Parts: sequence; C-alpha cells; structure tokens
Amino acid sequence: MINLAINDTLHEFEADPDMPLLWALRDHIGLTGTKFGCGAALCGACTVHVDGEPVRSCQMPIGDLKGRKVTTIEGARDKVALAVKSAWQRLDVVQCGYCQSGQIMSAIGLLQQNKKPTDADIDAAMDGNVCRCATYVRIRAAIHAAAQDLA
Amino acid sequence: MFRKSIFAQKRAEAVRPSRRQFLLATASVAGSLVVATRVELSGLAKAATEQMAPMPNAFVKIAPDNTVTILIKHLDKGQGVTTGLATLVADELDADWAQVRTEFAPANAAIYANLFFKIQGTGGSTSIANSWDQLRNAGAAARAMLVAAAADTWKVPAKEITIEKGVLVHKASRKHATFGEFASKAAALPVPDSVTPKDPKDWIYIGKKVPRIDSVAKTTGAAIYALDIKRPGMLTAVLARPKLFGGTVKSFDPSDALKVKGVVEVVQVPQGVAVLATDTWSAIKGREALKVEWDDSKAETRSTDEIFADYRKLAAQSGKPAARRGDTDAAFKEAAKIIEAEFLFPYLAHAPMEPLNATIELKPDGGAEIWAGSQFQTVEQAVAAAVLGTKPENIAIHTVWAGASFGRRATPNADYIAEAAAIAKASSHKVPIHLVWTREDDLTGGRYRPATLHRVRIALDAKGDLSGWGHHIVNQSFVIGTPLEPMIVKEGIDETAVEGAADTPYALPNLAVDWHQADSPITTLWWRSVGHSHSAQVMEVMMDEAARAAGKDPLAFRLALLKDEPRVGGVLQLAAEKSGYGEKLPAGQGRGIAVHKSFNTYVAMVADVSVANGSVKVDRIVAAVDCGIPVNPDVIWAQMEGGAGYALGAALRDKITFDKGRVEQSNFDGYQPLRITDMPKIEVHIVPSTEPPTGVGEPGVPPLAPAVTNAIYAATGKRLHSLPWDFEVLKGA
Repeated sequence: MINLAINDTLHEFEADPDMPLLWALRDHIGLTGTKFGCGAALCGACTVHVDGEPVRSCQMPIGDLKGRKVTTIEGARDKVALAVKSAWQRLDVVQCGYCQSGQIMSAIGLLQQNKKPTDADIDAAMDGNVCRCATYVRIRAAIHAAAQDLA
Repeated sequence: MFRKSIFAQKRAEAVRPSRRQFLLATASVAGSLVVATRVELSGLAKAATEQMAPMPNAFVKIAPDNTVTILIKHLDKGQGVTTGLATLVADELDADWAQVRTEFAPANAAIYANLFFKIQGTGGSTSIANSWDQLRNAGAAARAMLVAAAADTWKVPAKEITIEKGVLVHKASRKHATFGEFASKAAALPVPDSVTPKDPKDWIYIGKKVPRIDSVAKTTGAAIYALDIKRPGMLTAVLARPKLFGGTVKSFDPSDALKVKGVVEVVQVPQGVAVLATDTWSAIKGREALKVEWDDSKAETRSTDEIFADYRKLAAQSGKPAARRGDTDAAFKEAAKIIEAEFLFPYLAHAPMEPLNATIELKPDGGAEIWAGSQFQTVEQAVAAAVLGTKPENIAIHTVWAGASFGRRATPNADYIAEAAAIAKASSHKVPIHLVWTREDDLTGGRYRPATLHRVRIALDAKGDLSGWGHHIVNQSFVIGTPLEPMIVKEGIDETAVEGAADTPYALPNLAVDWHQADSPITTLWWRSVGHSHSAQVMEVMMDEAARAAGKDPLAFRLALLKDEPRVGGVLQLAAEKSGYGEKLPAGQGRGIAVHKSFNTYVAMVADVSVANGSVKVDRIVAAVDCGIPVNPDVIWAQMEGGAGYALGAALRDKITFDKGRVEQSNFDGYQPLRITDMPKIEVHIVPSTEPPTGVGEPGVPPLAPAVTNAIYAATGKRLHSLPWDFEVLKGA
C-alpha cells in the first residue's frame, strides 16, 4: 500500500512502488495539472515540489516518497505561488499552456530561493523547462513581475 | 452547465442565407493559397454555403445567469483563437468581457465548417480570417434580438436602446437590464434576416489587448487537455509501431507483456500491436516487454545521406513546371554574373508538448464518442466511421484544449484517431480506450516536415539587376493521394511543396521553378508554415547574395523589386526603420533582414547576432507584421514571438535523420528544442490596417532563419545556406 502526502491530503492506494509520481498523480489520484511531456526528465512539464524543491515527477518513484510532502500546480497557493500565477495571468504568458504547470512550479522554486533573480538566474533555473510555443520572453518578464510584487 | 440557455434551443432554425452574402464570402477567399475551392468527404462538406447568414443560435448562448457563451468552431492549440473569436462576438454585443465564456463547438460541418475549407478544421492560419464576417454577423444578430426584447418590454423604440458593457440601457426612461434578464425573451424572437456589423469606430475590443480567455485555467492546472480525459472503466493503450517506415507486423508474442501488472490485453491492429492496461505506466511497461517481429521487406532502408543523394539526382533533371515567367534560358546566356547554391532542409518533427492521444468510447448503436485536441473534425469523423463501419454523423467529437500542434494534429488520414478506433474495435473489453503516444512515438512516428532540397541558380545582368532565377525543389507530397488533393494540387503541382518560391512576390522578370516529387514510405505533413518553412530561407538568402554580388544594399535591392507589392515592402521598411538598419555595428556583430508573405500575412524580421569563434548568439529580433485589422495586438505579438522561437529552435539544431531507415532521434536529448537560454529579445510592430484580418499562427516562422543567416553573413562574411545551420564553418571567423 502506498501512502502519499499530496497538497496536504493523504492518499492511500495500491500501486507498484516503482511507478513514477507523474503517473500516480495523473492516473491514480486524478490530479492532471501535472503534465507528461517526455518521460525522461528532459522537458520539465511534470515538475512538482517535493518538500518545497522542484523535481521532475516522471523520474521520482512513489516508493521513495514516504514521509515527504508533494505539492502540485493545483495545490501551489502560498504567497510566492499566488504571485507567480498572478503574474503569468497578467502578462498572458500562456499559449498552448501544456508546459506551464511545470514552468510555474520551477519559477516558484526559483523565487523561494532567490527574491530578486537576474535574467541569468532565470535562464539557469528555467533551462530545464521546455516550451514549444516559445513563451520564454514572457516567462522571464513574469518572473521579474512576480519578484517585484513580492518585494 | 448552459443547457438551459435559450439561444441554444433555437439552433435548428437556421436562416436562409442570401446568395449575395455567399458570393462575397467566396470572393474574399479567392486569394488564399493553401485553401481553395472544396473537398468532398463522405458528403459531409456540403452546407458551408449556408453559413454567411446571421447564425446567432449556432455561435452564441446567452443564459439567464447573464453569461455569454461563445461556441468556438476551431481548435485552440495555443495560437489564441478562442480569445480572438470570442472577441468578434463580444464586440458586436458590447458584452462585458468578464461575462464571456467559451466552449468548443461539436463536430458538425453543416454548421461549424471552416468557410475556406468547407469542412470543419483548423489550419493554414485561417481561423480568424474565415470567421471574421460570420461571427460579427452572429454577434450583431444576437444583439438585435436582445435589443428587440428590451424594446418590446419597455415599450420604447429599439433604436433608442444602447448597450454599455453588457447592460441594455434606455436613457430617456432610465431603464436598464442585464443580458440575462432578457435572454429567454430574446431567444423566442425571430433571427433577423440580415444585420450590419458595427462601424470600426465603435469597436470596443477589436484592435485592443483583451486578456486571454484561457490564462487562468492554464495557470492553475484546471484546463483539460485530451491527455487529461478520464472515463469510467477506461483502459490506456500504447501501440508498438514498426521500427522502419513501411514495415508491418510479421508476428508477435504477447506473453511477457501480459505478465506486467496492470496489462489486460494485447491486440493487433493494422498499424501495429497495442498493449492495453489499467494505467499509462503499466501500458508503457507492457509495451517494453512485448515481442514483435517486423516484416521490413517494403520498408524505407535508406540513410539520410542516400536520400539527399537521390534528391540531387532528381534536381539535375527537369521537373514539373511550378512557375514560368519570361525567358530564363536567355537571361542566363546574357548574364554578367551567375550565382548557384544548394539548400538542404531535414525532416522535422512537430514535437508538440502534449503527445498525440485520444479517448474513444464505442456506443451500442455502432457509433462512437471521441475526446481529442481535434483539428480536422470532419476528416476524423469520416475516418473513425470508416474504421468502425458506421456513418460519420454517428461519430461525436468533443474537442478540448490541445497542447500545441504546429500542424501535427491535422492529418489527411486522421492517423492517431484511426489507431484509437482500430484498437477499440479490436479489444474484447468494451470500455473507453485512451490511446497515448509517448515522446519516443512522437519523434520516431513520422508525419515529418518533408526533407527538401532546393537548387537555385540566379543571373545578374550588367547593371546588377536580377535578370534570371532558375529553381528546383525536391520533396515528398503529403497531399497527393489523399482527399485533400483536389483542393491543393493544381496541374500536378502540390502547392504546399513549392509555395513561397513559385508565387514569389518579387518582380522577377525571368523565373523558372521546377518541382520534383520524391517518394518514400516515410510519412510527412505540414509543419508550421508548411512550404514557407524552407522556401523563405532560400528566397531571402539568395536575395541577400544577389544584392551583395550586385554591390547593392540588401534592403534597397529588395524594395526595388517590390514596387507593386506595397504590403511586402511596407513591413520590410517598417522593420528596417525600427531596428536601426544601416547603423554601424561593432566587430563580431551583424544585422540581417528578411521578409516573407505567407497565408496572406506579411512579416519582416531584422535579426541582430553576435558571432565569436563558431558560436552564434541571436541578440534581438525586430519584427513587423501586416495581418490586416489586428484583432488582438497582444496575441499577434505572442504569435510573432512564438513563431520566431519555433523557427529558431529548428534552425539551430533540429533534424530527424535516418540510419538505414531507422530514426536516430527519440527524445528531447537527440532532438533538442529551443530553451529559454536561446531565446532572443523580440519586439513586434504591427502595421495599422483596414483590410480584413488574416492569420498569424504560422507567418512568424518563415523570415526568422533567413534574417539570422543574413546577419551571420553581415558579421562574418560567411554564407550559410542549409538548415540547421552548420556553425563549424564559422570557426576562426
């Protein structure tokens, strides 16, 4: 039996402990905001937080998550998360939107560590998140806007 | 949720269109290149002729709760058409943007056809252009019905009633009401026979930044894409496909796959062998355990170098005439200078972030329901019906948000929908089936931008004028032999193969463009901007070379050939002016220009690059775009950013290559997409216009690569041709 603490709720279900967190979230828990993009930690679409740190859920076996706290896009609603989501909405960052859950989770992780990131800091933190619509200019601008709101 | 809305009840009462309105609509389409007259698909493509009359009931639902729901007949795969199409209706209604909702329309070509295609479908950057009159008419009719309802209730003349941000107002009697209050009464009124959309001076949303309607859902995890569909009892299927294009199943052994926990069935279908499981992870693991032997006797076994060697042989012969102007032979005989170049363009995967997938649920009556990021609803209905042995109208399609497409979801044979239908049909479990492609399936599964070879020879006369242009294009056709052939192939020429070259807007006195159709089992498809994705690089790089060879400025040289094309010349001049074109730049930096017309939209780009020992950084792009009336300038800006980024990623490092028929790239390590570190600054200038709007989803792609290529030349004096760029030759520059 697997026990997972996700968005402050405990979920108990039967599954292979090797199953990546991505598929447990999507197929067993019904949280579909976390997206499948590559299955190989190459695109960042599946980014969630484990104990506050951004991780690629497609490479995180659920068996390794005992006693750890998972936060997904649906549950990200602390001050930093709300500032990031609001900036994303004000600047109309999204196009297809499919990668944006992962982008936002990475951006929240960055702003929790670095209150005033430079363009170079942003590029370094966000380089693992692919956006095929190339919304990158607005991602940079939205992170700066969120940082300003939080200052 | 909006079932009670009363406008919806009246949908059956379609109004007779006027013949005149239809003729006007047809005339406005005549200039369109990719989309032309008509295509017949199982008789579904008939009623588009009836669609220029006001159809408020098909497109607008006003509910007693005061929401205005606009039905969106196109797929929104990120290009923002949901916002743009809703804007057209909301403006006519003077609705408050906060009360506007959208819903994707059902699959029904009789009501929701793309007026340019005559079938329901999205592509060719046509969504706004084909809906421009239709949705403004629908909004104007809905407005007239609300006003008539208020006038009748208030006993005042209709012409004295105004609407301010969703509130009906009669000033003299100080009466006011929301749309919701009159929704039921308005719905019972007759639809007006004809309406006049607003005068542009009265527009409240068109031409302004209206917030995207999908921003909140797409930043909170709430937006539902096809991959997020869950149906009771659903099984997930992944499909083992041939390793080589043209391969087929010889035999398979399901026993190891069936041992994987969660796997419930393995079935053979015409496209391969499917593994069905209770969740995606188990299905993927089951496929890894599955043993399949393939029959490759008819498969493609060439490698990329051999394919291009065959293309070179074809290009040396004469092909089918795609364009003939003047006398090119004479021009070359009398030339003062001749320049020749070869351009190679690789196969490219679209690689949308959301891999292809669809859910299908078979119905007891033999029909089916499908949930997908459906881009060619009419084709998908016809294909699924053929697989299942039913009629297309028995296939219901629920279109949902698509995690991009770039052309991939619009296939003439509805490939992945056919797979899902075949698996559901073959399965003994009569439950909903969700077919999921992995990224590996996506990159190795074909439907690529066709690999293309261009061989160009240009002649300059003694005055340095471009006197001759001879051009050979070799590539596969993804249109010939499909139901789309009659609408796209003209006199044996597939327009998607040669567009942007054969129809060049430059006043070239002597032009000969030949097309050579290559053949391979490798499947190909339109890739964002289609033929323009390669032809613009050839035309605009050669134009630069010609100008340099003639000792003329590349901007002035182009403008002299564009005197009869003011919109092409206009964006070029605007981009040049805004970029500071002509300024002297420090050593190691260069500035390049390019302009290209595609899908009736005109885009010029000026690229600034820094080059240091074989590494190139694109510092800035200045774009100018003329897409007619700019419906939403911010969405246009976003599409120019996105188009430039998509093109830059491909030009920097993307190619699908083959080793003895086997695709060499399988995920984002081998096929490396553009990342944030590669993304230049970009500024966009929109030409003010009173022309009807055209599309912006694709036209931002073509000019990017040639602008950068020309900038690299300006910085280094080295001329690159093929894509992706080979920066090795810049070492030491």
